[in-house]
This record gives sequence, structure tokens and C-alpha cells, in this order.
Amino acid sequence: MNKLVPAHSIGDYVPMIDGPEKVSGRARYTADIVQPGQLAARIYRSPYSHADILSVDVSEALALPGVRAVVTGADCERGFGVLPIARTEHVLARDKVRYRGEPVAAVAAVDDATAREAIRRIKMTVRELPAYYTSADALAPGAVPLHDKKAGNIERDVLFELGSTAHGFAEADLVREGTYNCAEVCQNQMEMHAALAEYDAIRGRMTVHASTQVPYYVHLMLAQILDMDMSRIRVVKPHVGGGFGCRTEALNVELIAALLARKAQGTVRLVTSREETFITHRGRPETDIQLKIGMRKDGRITAVECECDQRGGAHSGYGVVTILYAGSMLYAIYDLHNVKYVGRRVLTNTPPCGAFRGHGTVDIRFAFESLIDEMAAELGLDPFAVRRANFLKAPTFTDNDLMVNSYGLPECLDWVERESGWRSRKNNLKSRGGVRKGLGMACSHYISGASKPVNWTGEPHATVKIKLDFDGSVVVLSGAADIGQGSSTILVQSVAEVLGLDISRVRIVTGDSEVVPKDNGSYSSRVTFMVGNAAIDAARNLKNVLIAAAARKLEARPEDIECLGEIYRAGAQDKGATFDEVVAEALKDSGTIIVTGNYSTIPESHGGKKYRGAAIGGTMGYSYSAQVVEVSVDEETGVVNVDKVWVAHDCGKALNRLTVEGQVQGSVWMGMGQAMSEEAAYHDGLMLTANMLDYRVPTIQDSPPIEVGIIESNDPHGPFGAKEAGEGSLAAFLPALTNAIADAIGIRFNNLPVTPDRVFEAIEKRKRKGNGGGAQ
Amino acid sequence: MIEFTLNGRNRIDAVADNLLLLDFLRERLGLTGTKTGCDGGECGACTVLVDDKPTLSCLTLAATIAGKRVDTVESLGHDGKLSAVQRGFHEKLGSQCGYCTPGFVMASVGLLRKNPDPTDDEILEALGSNICRCTGYVKIIEAVKYAVALGKQGVAP
Repeated sequence: MNKLVPAHSIGDYVPMIDGPEKVSGRARYTADIVQPGQLAARIYRSPYSHADILSVDVSEALALPGVRAVVTGADCERGFGVLPIARTEHVLARDKVRYRGEPVAAVAAVDDATAREAIRRIKMTVRELPAYYTSADALAPGAVPLHDKKAGNIERDVLFELGSTAHGFAEADLVREGTYNCAEVCQNQMEMHAALAEYDAIRGRMTVHASTQVPYYVHLMLAQILDMDMSRIRVVKPHVGGGFGCRTEALNVELIAALLARKAQGTVRLVTSREETFITHRGRPETDIQLKIGMRKDGRITAVECECDQRGGAHSGYGVVTILYAGSMLYAIYDLHNVKYVGRRVLTNTPPCGAFRGHGTVDIRFAFESLIDEMAAELGLDPFAVRRANFLKAPTFTDNDLMVNSYGLPECLDWVERESGWRSRKNNLKSRGGVRKGLGMACSHYISGASKPVNWTGEPHATVKIKLDFDGSVVVLSGAADIGQGSSTILVQSVAEVLGLDISRVRIVTGDSEVVPKDNGSYSSRVTFMVGNAAIDAARNLKNVLIAAAARKLEARPEDIECLGEIYRAGAQDKGATFDEVVAEALKDSGTIIVTGNYSTIPESHGGKKYRGAAIGGTMGYSYSAQVVEVSVDEETGVVNVDKVWVAHDCGKALNRLTVEGQVQGSVWMGMGQAMSEEAAYHDGLMLTANMLDYRVPTIQDSPPIEVGIIESNDPHGPFGAKEAGEGSLAAFLPALTNAIADAIGIRFNNLPVTPDRVFEAIEKRKRKGNGGGAQ
Repeated sequence: MIEFTLNGRNRIDAVADNLLLLDFLRERLGLTGTKTGCDGGECGACTVLVDDKPTLSCLTLAATIAGKRVDTVESLGHDGKLSAVQRGFHEKLGSQCGYCTPGFVMASVGLLRKNPDPTDDEILEALGSNICRCTGYVKIIEAVKYAVALGKQGVAP
């Protein structure tokens, strides 16, 4: 161990620290935890889309031997919701049901079969109300409001005009409009929702294990729903099998489990089916977009008008934030002025939408990058040239006050242009038989954590503790939720890097509110940036403690101490002291050492006040992505094959090249699913696609090679210069695909997903009309 | 009563006629490495080997494994070391959230036991009924190819 250079791993290919558990089946997810005497839980769900509840009769269920508790809306008066301004959802419906599948009652019984039988014995009587499954129907004059306080079924409308679009369009050489529709999509993460709630009746305490991205928010909502003191609640997050945003708020699953556990005075395990996991939802809303752009002959954008309707489902969830992101994130990728945005978040009788990966930005980016591609063609400009004509110059603030400090988009474009062979291959790809080839490109961006958390408390945005004790192991304590993205690995690497230690000397404890400091959770790509910075701060504080101890031991001045990780020495000639010796010296002062690291965003990053909600979109650093997609379109069958994707992602600095590549590939691929096959379809409010056959995610046989270029713009505020890597590359795939299809067959698809039947129909329609192209 | 071999050991168990192999492994025997990912036959997360053949344990009755050999993810690795496929998925990041991983690992082990040097198309075909939501599959393919290379150095799949 007496190496004379500090160990380092930042920037390397580092396998995840919890990989061995995952590949051996030892990783425990919530449904894998079994407690003696636990009860099985099932949920009675509304068969109606919209109805006043007249009665819920659970007497026959309660009478069934083996049933230990039944809960209904009567057991919980309080509403819940992630946004403090919109806590209007009930864990179990009271007075009214608003979507098919909404939980109405739940049962805890000695086994699953008994719980299922009890559910069959529950009777609900209702007065049915008109139900609305599309934004247009819910907005129609005279529609019955889903929520009393939301007239016209508008959850939130947003309007801003910054600059003058009239002026901007007058300056344009070309003005074009497009209408776009993106289907609703679901996260469909591999682990179904699960919760294990243990009520300790003797002490009046509740412990909940939950498959969540946000243990702290679950903690808050448990206290709210149970009307319990927060100090009596403990939330544990075991391994989590993905989230992609559907677990960024407390779900009814863990709240129902807790209500049942308290009523049964015992332990309740609630594991939902795949169908229930789909219906719990929190996916990306169906979005209708009307977009108008003005452009000069050189490709410079002079004005943008965008209208956006999101079909949000029956409850707010993150809805207000989603509709705000869609507007604010028009900015911060290109140099735009004269922008008008009209957004409406609509309440409908479908399961509630939420914060799907790329929150709020994806469908708008699809429309924007599609329309500028179309306009580039009309002006005879290369698609790359149009993007280059509109670059930002960092550092800068956008018209809506978003702070941009690092901007690697130009390098992203250069990389994908070069690696894909764009200049030589574009328009020169050979088509064979009825299979036509095409190339398309597009760009996207995303935030590295919202600068203002949804639950503003005034505390630092992130806090990390490090414990160092007699055994010499460095233990990182963090509330950051690793849901498979590798946040624990990044925190261990960050701490090890500062201390110059091998990562094997650093351990991490996460996911137990009893032990770890609070963290807001894994969403909006905040963890690497915010918690990473806090981890670096904590490690520096620990290093200072160790340097002071080494100085005492070596009888030198602290400023003369050199830290080589396993050795601390006073000058190159000094034999120095080992890490263990320095630790022993440091412990003489205080016993067990615990240091704290904090991170807070700076006020300049908090967004502006130019319109209501303008803070949404503010972040410390934006990631950037550019993609080129190569497709083959079979004109006989309508089947589109993605042959290859080149993606360049500006993540500031790749702290771990392996996990950055994995995140970027996963994002691109998830965008591919949305673009080509995924769609939540309903019949009379019943989700028809609530299984993994009808909700078609691409298989390994459908999936292309994805070549990743890592662009490092070194953000001045990022941890080691890093920005986010897990979301920003999703959105660009969608327009890059449709731009490639337009290149291949001359038909533009403005409605997603682009399924083979849609392609086939469009080709047939063109044959019948005998014209050369057009939009679908 | 059924007699069978589980992860190399003979067992005799009483199983109900309607008990699924998946529930038998997870709920009765505590072998929770095998995962439930869907409502039946859609995702591949519950893949185990029955007589070396990748099999969906959620669509298999426990009673039908009498006289057969069942291997789950817990059987892999020897002398405290990961197997070739496990090393591939760990070192090449074929696993992110890890939930689909046991199914992918067992499907890959099934392939490599039968065919230690598969073509790209054979890899895709063998893993075509397993769904992963994190990786985009690129690194899963790299993981299997790495396991193939380790296999040539004598590491068991």
C-alpha cells in the first residue's frame, strides 16, 4: 500500500460498487424482504372513470376469516401530493373517483389468497359522472370539473412573452408552423412498486421500506397521511429497480401499506402487479404542441411561438412543474429572443402523469428540432448549420434568466458530424430494393438538478457526512437514492479522489433515515452535481483534519504536509506516516471523527421572476447532447430499423466514463422506445397497454449500436467540472429519428410513436395522392 | 412430493399442484435472486435454468421440475469468485438497476453452456425475450462477449 502517488479513479471506467450484489442475486429489493408474520395486502380499485361515491361497503371483507384490516378513504382525511401547493390527491378515494384503477379501499390479510378474496367482497355504489379522456373533451365548455377548485379542468395555465414575437416574425425570411402530438408514455421500470410497512404498536413507531427515488418525500407524506410526528417514522430505501421519474414523489402504494400496518398493528407487505404499476403511472403526459418559428436565410431564429397542452390525468402530481418546464426549457440550448409560450396542464379521467426522465422538455424538443429541420431544408441549409447559427455564448443569462456557464453543444455537434461521416454520407446512402436509408440529427439539453427544490426549507441543497473511526475505513453517509444510476459509486469515487485513497477503502451507507443525512432524492439529475459537491466538501474537511493530525505527528506545519493518500509526509525526503497512523493521531482529539460537507446553489441560478413560475428551469449547469440517427425504412412494410446512433453528450466532466456511457445509451434507447413503439392506450379510461407485451419496449433485437462521445466542457461549479449525464440525451433521439425518416422517404412524422402501421399508411396515402411528401 | 436438484443439491419437497416455480423459489426457499417483473411471461426477469435450458419460472409449475436440475443465479460463481457471465455484467456495466440482471445472467449462462462461442445473432436471439429498461442493451451485449472471452481462458460461464 506504500505507493507514493495518491490513488485516483475520477475519469476512469469504474464498475459500480454494488455490481457484485446485483449479478449474484444478493441485492435486496423491497419485495425481497420477508418479515415473520407479515400480512399480505391488496387494493380495491375503482372500476369507474369518474363518479361520486355513494357508499363503500367493506363489511363482508372484514367478516372474512384471516382479514386483519381494511382501510378506505374514511381512514384518511388528508390529501397528499409532492407540491405543497397541490396536495389534493387522496391515498384512498373520498367522495369521488377520478380514474379507472384509482385506489378506493385496501385489505391486509394473513395471505395473498385471503386478501384477494376480501377485495372481491367489497361493494361500492356510485353516481357516474361524464368522463373525459382527452384534453379537448376535458376543456370543452360545460365539462364537469374533476376537482371543485379547478374550473374548466385546467390544473395550471402558463403564459409568457419575452421580447416581441410580432417584431421577431417581421424580421424573418421564413415563417413556418407545425402541429405535433406525442403519445403518453410510461416509465415501466423493471421493479414493480412495493412497500413493507412495520408498525411498532408498543412504541408508536412506523418503519417503511419503499421502492422510491425520494425517501425524504415519502417520509414527509407518511407523516402527513398518518398524522404522526416525523420523529416516529423511519424510511428505508433498499435496492431500487429503476425509476425514471415515476418514483420521484410518494406513491399511494407506500402510504396505503402504512395505513394498513397501523390499523392491523403489524407488518404489511404490499407488492403491486405489473398492471397496477402501470396504473399508478406518473408517466409523460400526452402532449399537443402548436409551434411557429421565424428564421432568417442564414438559419438564425428570430421568433418562437409555442402552445402546449398536456393531458395530465386525474391529479396534479408534478403537473404544474411539467407544464412550466415545457416553456422555460425552450431556452438555454439556443440563443433565442422573442418567445411566446402558452401552456395548459389539463385534468382528465386518466391515471395521473408525473416527472418522466427529461421532465417536461422532451416533447417540446421533438417539435422544435423537427420544425427547424424542415425549415433548414426549405432554406437549403444543412441541419448542422441551422443549429450552429443559433449557438449561445457562455457564460450568459437567457431572456428568462437561466444561467448558462458551460456550453459544450458546439463540440457535441462536431463530434457526431465527424463520427457519423455526415458530410460524405448524407444524401449518398445507398437504398436497396424497397428499403430506403436516411440520416437525421437533432440536439437536446437538460438541467443538473433544480436550483430551487420543490420543498423549500432553507437548508443546504445537499449534505454528506463522513465517518472515520479506529478501523481506518472511511464511511460516507448520504441520503442520496441510488436507483441503479450509480450515484453511490460516484460519491465513493469523489470522496476517495479528494483523499487520494483507493475506492476500496471507502464505504457508503445510504437509504435509511435513521442513519443518513436527509437528501431530497434522485430526480432532476441533481445527485452527481449537488450531492457530489457536498461529498467533495466533506472529504476536504476530513482531509484538513488528517493533515492537522499528520502535522502534529510529524512535527511539521500543516501547510508543509503532503497527502499521498496512504502516506502523509512533510516534504519529499520525509518517510512520513501511514494513513492508519494519521487516523490514530486524529482520533486522539475527538474520538470517532464525523465531518460534514454541504452544497447550496447560488442565487444567480434560481431563475427569474419575469412570469409566474419562472424559477422552474433554473439550474447550476445544463448538459447538452447532439445525435445522428441512421435508419432504413422498408417502404413495402412500413418497418423502420434504426441502424446506428451516434450521440455526443456534454456532461462537463465524466467522473466515471463507464456509467456515463451507460446512462447516455440508456437515455437514447428510452427515447427510441417513445419515438417508435411505446404508447399508453385507453378504452373508456381503462389502460389497454398495462402489461409488457402491449406496452412495447424495444427488445435487444430491435436495438441499435449506440456510439457515445463524451464532451467535457468543465463546468465551473460542477463537482470536478461535472454536469448531468442521465437525462439530457433522451429528447434528441425523437426528432433525430423523424428527421432521418424524412431524409429516407420524404415523409415527416409529427405524431409519435412512429409505428410501422403509421409509416405504411403514410406511404400508401402518398401513393394514392401521387405527391412527393408532406407531414403526417 | 417432488425430488429434484436445486443449485447442485438434491432435495425432496412437498409442493401444491398450483404452486409456481417462481413463488416456490422466492417465497418458500428464500432464493430471492430470481425476480418477479411482470404478471406472467412478459419480461424474462424470472429466468432460471431447468436442465440447462433457460426457463421462465413464472410460467412453470413447481411440480413439473420433479427429476430435473434447476439452477438459479445463486448457483453461480466458485471459490468466492464471480462466474464469467457475472464478471461480464459487472465489469462491462451490463447491469444498472440490477433488477433484470439475474434473468439476463441466467439466459446468458444457458446460451454459453450450450454454445461457448456464439455469433452476435445467436446472442441477440438468446436474450430476445428478456427486457432491460436501463442499459439500451449495448453493454449487455458487451458483457456477454466478455464472458465468451473469459470462457476461452477457462472461466466457467
